[in-house]
Amino acid sequence: MAAPQIVMQAKGLVKRYGHVTALEGADFELRAGEILAVIGDNGAGKSTLIKALSGAIVPDEGEILLDGQPVHFKSPIDARRAGIETVYQELAVAPAMTIAENLFLGREIRKPGWRGRWLRMLDKKRMAEESNRHMQDLKIGIRSMSVPVESLSGGQRQGVAVARSAAFARHVVIMDEPTAALGVKEGNMVLELIRRVRDRGLPVVLISHNMPHVFEIADRIHVARLGKRAAVLNPKKISMSDTVAVMTGAMRPEDIPPECLAH
Amino acid sequence: MAITTATPHAGNRTMESLKHKLPPIGVLGPFFALLAACVFFAAQTDTFLTGGNLSLVLQQVMVVGVIAIGQTLIILTAGIDLSCGMVMALGGIVMSKFAVELGLPVPVAIVCGIGVTTLFGLANGLLVTRVGLPPFIVTLGTLNIAFAITQLYSHSQTVSDLPDAMTWLGTTFGIGSTQVAFGTVLMLLLYGIVWFALKETARGRHVYAVGNNKEATRLTGIPTQRVLLGVYVLAGAFYGLASLLSVSRTGVGDPNAGQTENLDAITAVVLGGTSLFGGRGSVLGSLVGALIVGVFRNGLTLMGVSSVYQILVTGILVILAVAADQLSHRKER
Amino acid sequence: MQMKTAFALSALCAAVAAHAADQPVVGLITKTETNPFFVKMKEGASEAAKAKGAKLLSGAGKADGDNAGQVTAMENMIAAGAKTILITPSDSKAIVPAIKKAREKGVLVIALDSPADPADATDALFATDNYKAGVLIGEYAKAAMGGKAVKIATLDLFPGHPVGAQRHNGFLQGYGLKSLDAKNNELAHPSEVVCMADSFGDQAKGQTAMENCLQKNPDINLVYTINEPAAAGAFNALKKAGKDKSVLIVSVDGGCQGIKDVAGGKIAATSQQYPLKMAAMGVDAGVEYAKTGKKPSGYTDTGVTLIAAKPVSGVESKDTKVGTDLCWGKK
Repeated sequence: MAAPQIVMQAKGLVKRYGHVTALEGADFELRAGEILAVIGDNGAGKSTLIKALSGAIVPDEGEILLDGQPVHFKSPIDARRAGIETVYQELAVAPAMTIAENLFLGREIRKPGWRGRWLRMLDKKRMAEESNRHMQDLKIGIRSMSVPVESLSGGQRQGVAVARSAAFARHVVIMDEPTAALGVKEGNMVLELIRRVRDRGLPVVLISHNMPHVFEIADRIHVARLGKRAAVLNPKKISMSDTVAVMTGAMRPEDIPPECLAH
Repeated sequence: MAITTATPHAGNRTMESLKHKLPPIGVLGPFFALLAACVFFAAQTDTFLTGGNLSLVLQQVMVVGVIAIGQTLIILTAGIDLSCGMVMALGGIVMSKFAVELGLPVPVAIVCGIGVTTLFGLANGLLVTRVGLPPFIVTLGTLNIAFAITQLYSHSQTVSDLPDAMTWLGTTFGIGSTQVAFGTVLMLLLYGIVWFALKETARGRHVYAVGNNKEATRLTGIPTQRVLLGVYVLAGAFYGLASLLSVSRTGVGDPNAGQTENLDAITAVVLGGTSLFGGRGSVLGSLVGALIVGVFRNGLTLMGVSSVYQILVTGILVILAVAADQLSHRKER
Repeated sequence: MQMKTAFALSALCAAVAAHAADQPVVGLITKTETNPFFVKMKEGASEAAKAKGAKLLSGAGKADGDNAGQVTAMENMIAAGAKTILITPSDSKAIVPAIKKAREKGVLVIALDSPADPADATDALFATDNYKAGVLIGEYAKAAMGGKAVKIATLDLFPGHPVGAQRHNGFLQGYGLKSLDAKNNELAHPSEVVCMADSFGDQAKGQTAMENCLQKNPDINLVYTINEPAAAGAFNALKKAGKDKSVLIVSVDGGCQGIKDVAGGKIAATSQQYPLKMAAMGVDAGVEYAKTGKKPSGYTDTGVTLIAAKPVSGVESKDTKVGTDLCWGKK
């Protein structure tokens, strides 16, 4: 069996806030073509880990590698430029603007020729066409790209955010509690989208508190505990309750049956 | 599992149908209100709908109209500028005094006046973005500072005997039998340019984005603080242009100008359908809003009705405009 | 806030000084600091105070209509030992409670330039007879029009203001038209007045009002204006319509800019009023009260003079040189 290709990796990340150490030598590994769920109790260091990976914070020690190359992100823009896109819990779209506008926000396409260069006019037609294409790729069935995002349901809005990340990500998509603000039906819609993102070749890091969702789509589960990586679990083998036990420390990592670990 | 367009959040059925009948009001609502007012006044007096009278109304609103451009930009970012009228007055005093007392060539004096108003815009913008103070408070302060500086520098005296070049925008040219002021043309041109920029360029769309959801916009990598600062500085420049129009129209630098223009500009923006919560509206709406106020003032005077009624009508219209804006968007909140 | 602390400090010093010298202390509170009308008033008050050996405290509101600022100034001045308060009320009704409190403490309160509402809320009023000011320019206009059929536009202040009403009604009375008396706050509207518009005493609004009036009635040949800035605006509008030579404008105030406009032919005649005299008389009354306890009462006319570049027969007026000598504002 070929060794799994590692897209993103972190070794020995340390982050301190005053006396509190959020990350104490945390490791991380994301493989190509997978959905890696990151779970952990409050204070386990999971959000700090994700912030380090997405450029929102700078770790005090340790290194992060993207496709084997070390990277140093000083801001979320740096991570974006490196091809890492993030989808947030709080529906980060501008409600009054259209789907196409939201998709291309900050990355607008200008018209060719003098109209784009001198008048700086936007190529709205092209942006609408490309938005349509991205949405179709994820099989999101919204016909018009020029409806304001606020006229969509919560799940569809999140779909726009997911489509945006999938459209522009080159290496990794990080999703921070993407279904937390949604109801059951819409949450499932977004899960399906996440699968499609993975199927298009983009590995996904999924932070979630929602165990059923995690078990439904994750290929592997990274458990964060006490600022470190406690274990990486195989959701097909381990039970939900045992997973929670590992997360809370009720089950120690050495006590995990080997077949439950992901390889 | 295909995802189809879901139905909007279940709600009151009448609100539902009302919402579908009132698409986001945009500029159409205020425009129809303006049209209705014109029809009304045309019926009441036959001097209203003449070329000469309408050209006059355009001249009467051109100062507030241009101030409203700057105010629209700021309100689109969910901010507000209470200092606009006073800053405009200061600009007028500076340019007129520089030309008359310091003897500077007219273009230089004009640039100085606009420079001063732009600096005030910069100050407002820096206080809002760097220091993080709410725009309402900041501009309340600069309103007083601008007023005081204007009164002190001018010794509360108007500056008269301005060189002709400075008041050129107040002069007219003929279109057919109607006299149109150059200043009116400038106002329309400015509206056209800003409308184009807001609609067709990335920077313009960013202004809307920042007002609509500042955090989301920041997360996409757009430098929201720079956008905000730019908006305040640009608004300051527009106040300077408005002061040139004011000086051109009245022929003097008046330290007491702009006192009602403060609220009049905000009224024009609100009447034009731009939301005070930011992110929604069209700059053309502000032109319509300014015209509505001007048309009522002109029409009521032609009818011989006291100006108090004009103030009453304006107040009622503002409430209607804000209510219509709220109703058409309540669903989406 | 800074003004308040600075004022409190100076008031304290004044109190100490006053106690030491047993000087009469007079407080002058104007509507604003910077309006040349009030600057002139303050000048007149300082000179009179110096001449009579009184101590003058001065203060003002932040802007026209700032009642709270005036109330604060009054309280501080009384605390500093002022036994007489001279005030140009920004809000003639709202200031009354504060005046009442002051008078109960034995302080003499005199209104300058415009009355409180009701007028007897103050001990006395030293002001221009605004009705008379209107009558004078009305008489002048009648004589200047020489019996022509007249179509009048009035550019007023805004509805309900007593000074606006008095000047407007006085003008119509002086012209010989059907008008209202000096106590009435409504604006008379005889048929010869074809357009009544509000200028708010502002030049730009005066221009707009005149433009709209001309649209309504292009044959207007006489314009009454509440004050000289409004008149300047009216002149602009008339000039743009090519009517500046054929329409007469009359006004009230007598500020230096206004007298210049009379000399320049923009305004035919204006009634000049004397803020300096008001303040000086007020200080004198204050000193008298401190020395003898005698209070002035009722209304004292501080005088109004008709200034015109071209005199007309039957109406007494002074020329612009006199006007310039007596004017207030920057010459």
